[in-house]
Amino acid sequence: MFKNMYNWIDERLDITPMWRDIADHEVPEHVNPAHHFSAFVYCFGGLTFFITVIQILSGMFLTMYYVPDIINAYYSVDYLQHQVAFGAIVRGMHHWGASLVIVMMFLHTLRVFFTGSYKAPREMNWVVGMLIFFVMLGLGFTGYLLPWDNKAYYATKVGLEIAGSVPFLGDYIKELMNGGTIVGAQTLTRFFAIHVFFLPGALLALLAGHFFMIRKQGISGPL
Amino acid sequence: MAHKHDPNEKVVFVGDSRIRKRDYSNVTPPDYTAFPGKSEAFIPNFLLKEWMVGVVVLVGFLVLVISEPAPLGYPADPLNSAFIPMPDWYFLFLYQLLKYPYASGDYIVLGILGLSGLPFISLLIAPFLDTGKERRFYRRPIASSLMLVSLVAVAYLTWVSWNHYEHELEANGQVPEHIERKIKAEEAVKAGKPRPVPGKEKIPAMVAADDPAFTETMTQAQCIACHGAELEGGGAPALRGIGDVLSKEELVETITNGKGQGMPPFKETLSAEQIDQIATWLSQQKAEAAQ
Repeated sequence: MFKNMYNWIDERLDITPMWRDIADHEVPEHVNPAHHFSAFVYCFGGLTFFITVIQILSGMFLTMYYVPDIINAYYSVDYLQHQVAFGAIVRGMHHWGASLVIVMMFLHTLRVFFTGSYKAPREMNWVVGMLIFFVMLGLGFTGYLLPWDNKAYYATKVGLEIAGSVPFLGDYIKELMNGGTIVGAQTLTRFFAIHVFFLPGALLALLAGHFFMIRKQGISGPL
Repeated sequence: MAHKHDPNEKVVFVGDSRIRKRDYSNVTPPDYTAFPGKSEAFIPNFLLKEWMVGVVVLVGFLVLVISEPAPLGYPADPLNSAFIPMPDWYFLFLYQLLKYPYASGDYIVLGILGLSGLPFISLLIAPFLDTGKERRFYRRPIASSLMLVSLVAVAYLTWVSWNHYEHELEANGQVPEHIERKIKAEEAVKAGKPRPVPGKEKIPAMVAADDPAFTETMTQAQCIACHGAELEGGGAPALRGIGDVLSKEELVETITNGKGQGMPPFKETLSAEQIDQIATWLSQQKAEAAQ
């Protein structure tokens, strides 16, 4: 039955070449940890994506309970942490995953750097990868404010002061991120919107570019 | 009108639709000769192996998640002057760097653009700076050594920042709020009380509200300016129920010499008898007595 359904769709949309291209492409021996244990360093990119998927899924569930306003934000997180079934697990995955994704991405970046994989013709993919890195740091920074406890509040205050000390543009950047002159209600809603809509949108677009390019160019050869 | 079917035509459409007719005549199996050695297909062969690595990571990750609950402190209080700000760990190096005198104050332009901006921009455009054909890191001494020096610097700055934070905590006699909160919650649950939700605790009613210690002495000393007109707290902790927390001697000590950065000493403004009078009255402020 599934075969018939598949054939029915395939006849109309010709989907076979698309997924066969992804499924059949060659993975060389030098990146395969089953052949060379040291090749596990090539897994960090895939693991970064794996943790990113965890972040997206756990984040989607967190927004079912989280309320982005300064009166309720803290208590919605408290409720989520202590009252909701598996809330502590989902929030824990999002909290620790945020650190782990930075670690994995860092290791992936170092692997690409030290194997010289960013050299021609893969320069553009490195630049896109670095942009993904910055977007991830932005996600970390904006997400840190959302529980609205003292740690979140004061870290954001310090972070925005640093942003404000950028020459020439500092004051504009700071006011844009603050949504005014102080860290307050506007900042929280703004950071929430940036954290769940703007940056994930940018991240998905950049990831699509990253994967399209690696598929198009193939993995860099052995050293 | 029948369409003529030219077998040499590259794209053959079925009828008048735009659906391409499928041609099974030249389905060639993928060729795995581009790389030397044992290449294999991405799905399912390689992906399953990568998934095994993923499972190991996932198990470790879930062990961490279950054993260490995500921290949560006390609700954000912009008037809290004693809180030591602390960014997330991966920003610590930057936070520490911008504390040094040559990277802040008059030299902030150097700190932001030179010491932080330039390395990040160079990293972003690394392929256009390191343009040689050589890929092995030991044959690229400049790029590799710059990266290694940056890594050591980042690790060192992170360590210094964290060390500084721990010393500051120790000097102020503070415990990170999420730990304090967790301990208090555990104590309350052990004592059979409901888990306290910070900022939503019920404050006990005032005991002997018409005592002159409150109506005259404390009003005169401006206690209510910070502790609230009904001693319900505000910029400073609530004083209703303080008798459960501090003894009379401790209250005398706190009023006389102050506490932390918030509570000023009152030994200049109040006489010893007045302080004793206030401390006696405050020590009667117990939850049990209020019922």
